[in-house]
Parts: sequence; C-alpha cells; structure tokens
Amino acid sequence: MEILMSIMVGILFTAATYLMLSKSLLRIIVGTGLLSHGAHLLLLTMGGLKTGAAPLLGEKAAAYTDPLPQALILTAIVISFGVTSFFLVLAYRSYQELGTDNMDNLRGTDRHE
Amino acid sequence: MTLLHWAILSPFIMALFVPFFYKKFRQVHTGWFVLILPIVLFIYFFQFISETMNGVSTIESAPWIPSLGINFTAYIDGLGLLFALLITGIGSLVILYSIYYLSKEKEAIHNFYVYLLMFMGAMLGVVLSDNVIVLYTFWELTSLSSFLLIGYWYHREKSRYGAQKSMLITVFGGLSMLAGFILLSIMTNTFSVREMIGQVATLPEHSLFIPAMLLILLGAFTKSAQFPFHIWLPDAMEAPTPVSAYLHSATMVKAGIYLVARLSPIFAGSSEWFWIVSTFGIVTLFWGSFTAVKQTDLKSILAFSTVSQLGMIMALLGLGSAALHYDHLDKNIYLAATVAAVFHLINHATFKGSLFMVVGIVDHETGTRDIRKLGGLMTIMPITFTLAIIGTFSMAGLPPFNGFLSKEMFFTGVINAATLDIFNMQTWGALFPVIAWVASVFTFIYSMIIVFKTFTGKYQPEKLDVKPHEAPIGMLISPIILASLVIVFGFFPNILSGSIIEPAMAAIQPMLLGDNGSYHVHIYHWHGFNIELFMTLGVIAVGTFMIIFLVKWSKLYDLFPKRLTLNNLYDGGLVAMERSTYKLNKFYMTGFIRDYLVMIFAFMIIVLANTLVAKDAFTFTTANSAPIGVYEVILTLVMITATITILFAKSRLTAIISLGVVGYSMSLFFVLFRAPDLALTQLIVETVSVALFLLCFYHLPELDIKKKPLRFKLPNLIISLGVGTIVTLLALSANGTKLFDSISSYFVEASYKEAGGKNMVNVILVDFRGLDTLFEITVLGIAALGIFAMIRLRLTRGREG
Repeated sequence: MEILMSIMVGILFTAATYLMLSKSLLRIIVGTGLLSHGAHLLLLTMGGLKTGAAPLLGEKAAAYTDPLPQALILTAIVISFGVTSFFLVLAYRSYQELGTDNMDNLRGTDRHE
Repeated sequence: MTLLHWAILSPFIMALFVPFFYKKFRQVHTGWFVLILPIVLFIYFFQFISETMNGVSTIESAPWIPSLGINFTAYIDGLGLLFALLITGIGSLVILYSIYYLSKEKEAIHNFYVYLLMFMGAMLGVVLSDNVIVLYTFWELTSLSSFLLIGYWYHREKSRYGAQKSMLITVFGGLSMLAGFILLSIMTNTFSVREMIGQVATLPEHSLFIPAMLLILLGAFTKSAQFPFHIWLPDAMEAPTPVSAYLHSATMVKAGIYLVARLSPIFAGSSEWFWIVSTFGIVTLFWGSFTAVKQTDLKSILAFSTVSQLGMIMALLGLGSAALHYDHLDKNIYLAATVAAVFHLINHATFKGSLFMVVGIVDHETGTRDIRKLGGLMTIMPITFTLAIIGTFSMAGLPPFNGFLSKEMFFTGVINAATLDIFNMQTWGALFPVIAWVASVFTFIYSMIIVFKTFTGKYQPEKLDVKPHEAPIGMLISPIILASLVIVFGFFPNILSGSIIEPAMAAIQPMLLGDNGSYHVHIYHWHGFNIELFMTLGVIAVGTFMIIFLVKWSKLYDLFPKRLTLNNLYDGGLVAMERSTYKLNKFYMTGFIRDYLVMIFAFMIIVLANTLVAKDAFTFTTANSAPIGVYEVILTLVMITATITILFAKSRLTAIISLGVVGYSMSLFFVLFRAPDLALTQLIVETVSVALFLLCFYHLPELDIKKKPLRFKLPNLIISLGVGTIVTLLALSANGTKLFDSISSYFVEASYKEAGGKNMVNVILVDFRGLDTLFEITVLGIAALGIFAMIRLRLTRGREG
C-alpha cells in the first residue's frame, strides 16, 4: 500500500510542478493546492498505513494508527488553507488592479530601480 | 597603556579636536595647532636613539583582545625608530609647509588636518606594532586616510578617480597581506612578529611558508607601488602637494619597504624571497625611471621617480638577503646592499620630500606644473632653484650630495649580485648591474629635465596665468631644512651610520650580527678608482649626451602602443568586470518567475538525485508495507484521473472542479486510513477553498471570454517528471529503511491517563503539542486580517484614503 501511495504522491508532485511552471496565475495556485495534497498524503504514508484502529481510545483495539502524523497533517491543512486563501485574494486583487493574470506580464523590469 | 601607546594614538586624539580649533579660532590657521604634535612626537622618539644604539629595544604591551592573543604591543627597535623619526620629522615639515600652501579662507582645512593626523597615527601604528593584526588594522587605516587625502578636492573628477584607484589597489594588497599574516600565525601559533622570528628555524619546511610569503609580498608590493601595481601612484598626484610629499614620497609608500624589511628575518632565508624581491625591485626601478622621462607634468615625473627609487630600495633589500646564504661573516660583501637600502631610504625621504615641496612652490607661484609652459625661472625664484638643484642632483646620484653615496653603494650591491653563485645566478645575476646602470642613466635624465626645463631656458610669461615671484619664506623653510639634510648627510654620512643605520640593520638581519652584537657600518666618500666610480662617470657622460639629443630619441616612446599600457589594462579590466557581472546577472535574473522556479526545481533534482546515487541510499522493500485493498485502488484511479484532468483542462472551471475532486478523494483516503478528524477537516477546507476559487476567478467575467489554449512545454514536463520521480524514490527509500519505532505508543498510553481525553489526535493538538495549535490559530488570524486589509486598503488609487 505504501508503494502505491508513494507513486500517487509522485504523480501529485509531477502535476503540481507542471502547473506551477505555467503562465496563468490560477493554474499556479491550483498547483500549490495539489502540492499541499501531495505533501499531506506523503506525511500520512510515511507514518505507516493501516496498522490498527482509528486513534480513538473508545475503540478498545489492540493497535491504533499512529496519531502523531495525523495531528501534524491537521495543522498543515489549516495553515495551507490560510495561506491559499490569502494567496487567492492576492491574485484576485492583483487581477483587479493590474488587469492580467499572465505571469509574463507581471514581470519586474530594470527600469524600476 | 603606557606613554608609548599614547604617543602612537595621540594623532587620532588630536584629530578629534581639529574641528574645534577650526571653528573657534577662525583667524589662526588650524595648521599651527596641529604642528605642535609631530614636533613633540619627534623629540619624544628622538630620545630612543640612545637606547637603540646600544641594542636595547623597548616593548610595551597593552591588552586589546587578550582572549585571541591580540594585544597592542608597541615595539621600538632600530627599524621602527627610523620610520617613526621619518614620519614625525617629515610630518612636522609637511604641516609647516601646508600652512603656507593651503589657504585658510578657500580650503576646508579642518578636513585636511583630520585626515593628515589620522594618517600620521596610522603610520606610526604600522611601524611600531609588534602584533600583526594590530599592524594590519593600522595598515588599512593608512589606505583609508590616503584615500581621503587623494580625494581632498572631491569636486574634481580626477581626484575621485585617483582616490578610487589607489583604494582598490592598496586594499586588494592589504587583504592579501592579512591572509598572509593569518597563515603565518597558523604556522607559528602567535601574532607577535618577534615570536615568529624566534621560530624561524622550523618555518621554511612548513607547507604554508611559500603561500604566506607570496601573500604578504603582494601586500608590500601594492603599497610600495612596485611594478605592475605602481599605476595608482601617478594618479594619486591629484592630491594636494603636501600630501604627495608626505604620503606618496616619504612615508606611506615606504610601508611596503618597512614590511619587507621587518619580515626579512623570517623569509630572507629562502631563495624565493631573494628572487621575487630583487627581481620586482629592479624591474620597478627600470620601468619607473624609463617612464618618468616622457612625462610632462612635474608631479608625474616625481611620481614615477618615486616608483623607481622604491624599486631600487626593494631590490637592495632583496640583494641583501643573499648575505644569509654566504657566511663569510668577517667580510660580508652582500650586507652592503642592506646598508645601501637603509641609507637610501633616509636619503630618498629627504630629497624627494624637498623636491615635491619645490614643485608645489612652482605650481603655487606660476599656476602650472607643465614643463612645456615653464622655463627661465632661475632669476625669478633663486632660492627655489637652489633647492631644486640640491634635490635633483642628489636624486641623480651626483657628488657631494647624499644620493651619490647611496647610488655608489647601490652599484656595489648589484655588482656583488653579479658574482653570486648561489641559486645558479652566474648567468642571470649579470643582468642586475646592467639594468641598474641603464636605470641610473634615465634617473639622471629626468632629474636634469626637472631642474633645467623649469628653471633655465626661455621665460614664457605669456603661457602663465599669474606673474611668478619668489615664494614666501614660510613655504621655503621646510624644503630648506630637507635640502640642508641632503647636504649634511652627503658630507657627514657617518652621523647616521652608528645612530640609525646600524640599529636598523640589526632589526633586518639579526642573524648576521657580529660578536659584539652590532654591525660596523662606515660610509666612505672615496673608494678609490673602482668600478662603481666608473659606472657613475658613465651615467653622467651618457646621460648628458642623451639629454642633448632628447628630441631625437624620445620618439622611441611613441613606438609603444597606447592600448597596451597597464593603466588601460586596469581601466579595461574594471569595465570588463562590471560588464561581465552585469551580463551574468542579466542571464539568470530574467524577471520571469517561471525561470526561477525551473532553477530551483532543477537544483533540487540534481542535488537529491546525486545524493541518492553517491550514498547508494535507494532501497526498495515490501516488508513494511500494508496490503493493498480494492477501495484504495479505485480511489487512487479517481484521484489520478482528476489530476490529469486538471492538467488538460481548457476551461478554468474544469480545473477548479477537478481540484475539488482531488480534495474530496483526499478526505476519502483519510477515511480509509482511519483518520476521522482529518477527513472532517479536509472536507470542510476543500469546500471553502473551492468556493473561494470560484469566487475569485469564475466571477471575473473577462477571464471567461479569453480562454487561451494550453501550450505544451517539454522542458516543464521533464522538470516536473523529475520532481515527481525524486519524491517517489525518496518516499520509497524512507519507507524501506525504518531506523526506530514511533514514539506514539506513549500517546496511546498517556492520552487518557495524563490528559483525560480519548481522541488521541485532539489531545495531541491541544494538550501534548498545544503550542503548534496556538500559532496555527495565529496564522489563520493573520491571514484573515491580511485579506481584510488587502481588500479594504486602496492607497494607490489616486485619491488617498
């Protein structure tokens, strides 16, 4: 299972990188979204999959899934959500002000020194 | 801190009060206040002669950074004292001269004296420091104050150019010297020059010996304007003439000479030292004198003459080091070179100082220094003319002035070099006297040009802006004193030999001290009819002949291509360096985010892949893996499909919805992998995110219209495939090598017992690792505030508010 998930993570990273290298600001933000999904999945996979019950003591199981990676992922999800929403509004505002979402047009020039 | 330390630091302290004197006593020239200090210092240092004469040196140490072994250790021996007397003595004369030279109404003289005092203190520190780090500190202060003094008339472009050039070259040398000092201290485990000399027996075998020597010599050569680093000195002539007289003839340019002499006991035993120092010296001697002849500006002639004379002293120091290889102690002919070096050092300071002042007077009284405009000033300025005669004749090496004596001793030194048979010198050594003789002919020529083109010939008042007349007496005092010294040392050289030269020799070549711990130096006027005398006669004869036919052969200088000069090399080098760095920056700083991302990703791929291969870190095992279930396979397929859909989506809406599909699949994965809290959070977050995406982009009507087709780019694909592959490989390797068990068994045991909660993830979030959560909340808060501010604050829209 871990091997399958590792490949899945690789695919997510490939797609995210490809999107981040494109010109449209929207596609770059979609890329960052995919990248954070990949990172979360990687965290979960590296913690070990399917080793026991959900980490709730009420289950009274013999073995539980590792709770620590889950706590880490939860933190990461919230932070990446905060950053993504900020980034989205920034993109929205920059489109409003500058009238483009093409990264090539959003390039700094030597004239601004 | 003893009196000696305060003496070294006193110019800096005095410099602090200069602006006060300048502001408070406007009617008195500030120079008069400043003048007191170097005179007092000169008298103070003069007292040390009786000690150094008897071989007693003074050491006073004050802690500076004791934990690093860096202490301000002041050390007075013969060599240090000689320089200290030169610095304070000529310093007094120069300040006296500058009082009459610089107008207190028109010039910012408070700046001038602050810089000059700073320089004087720094120079005293250089020559009286025993600790190399302290020496380096003062060394850089001399570079800095020289920079300030050259750029004194900062509104002139040439001054700024000259200041920058000298700064770049001397600081380059200073930094390499620092590296050399550090290497030396690594070898000897001390920063003290005396202790380094104490360990000299074991040093030459050390592998750092030669690098340290080369680096230190680079520092000495750049400071002392040796070929090919001499190019800053002629441009430094943009400084006021007192500065040129003081820094660029008598003191600062001799700092390199001092360094070579000071470290001679350490390095002189190696043949590399002998070769480098004497070869660079002799080449500089020749090139300086050769180039001086074609100059038309008096100060330029003197600048190249200084270069040439410094080369001569340097060559003599190099030749003197041969004495260490020959042990005929009773009659060591190679020692003569070192005697000549020290003697000429003093002579040069006297006559060159006075010549600069003479040129300054001519400039001051006629308004020009161009020899093509000058002439016939002999009857108008008789005193200046006499001073010029004394200075130039001494410089040319004519009797009865002191330059004659040191020139004769110089010839003795180079003739002895021709007879050296160590280091296989039989063939090459013969070149030394030949080059030296030719250089002396050129020295004779330019010396005569200075005096006769300026003071004899046709008087051309129409070319002069002002009507020339004799200088005021105050301006003449300093050159008169220096010129009298030229004559005194010329007639009675032996007043120097016992008091100054012998103690200095003892510092330069302590290994060759005689039985009674001192040298016996005696300077003779008349050697008999020996080869040196005939060489001098030859110089005069050929020199006179060449001056008469100067116009005929001076076209020779035009043969040299203008483009191939060292100055062009320097200027072109600077321009090329600036251009190439600009081009390099232009090449990779394109301004496209995409290019930077490509670089970052490519670097990441290369580094990680290399490490994987080099460390043989890739492992693949199925041992740690859980079995694959059918739900996971289906979900994986869904996720892959959604991901690929994003890549190929033409419409932005499709991309956003597919991203939502990936997010919901994620939350389903969390369900399958038994993470209920994650599943919940992911579901909510994904819903809000998709809504935000739609808000931001779907509701912008313009974007809907122009749907551009996606352009496929192969490099992007390669980079992204590389990133994906690397991440997969790393994940597999990490999974294959589990070094130790998780610490989570503690959480399983303790979350109810210690924290009273059954949901382990929540207990970790708010109890065991609550700090993370606190700052995660902060992140959300900041993001919310940021978004609010971004939407509400519109300061750039013309109207503020």
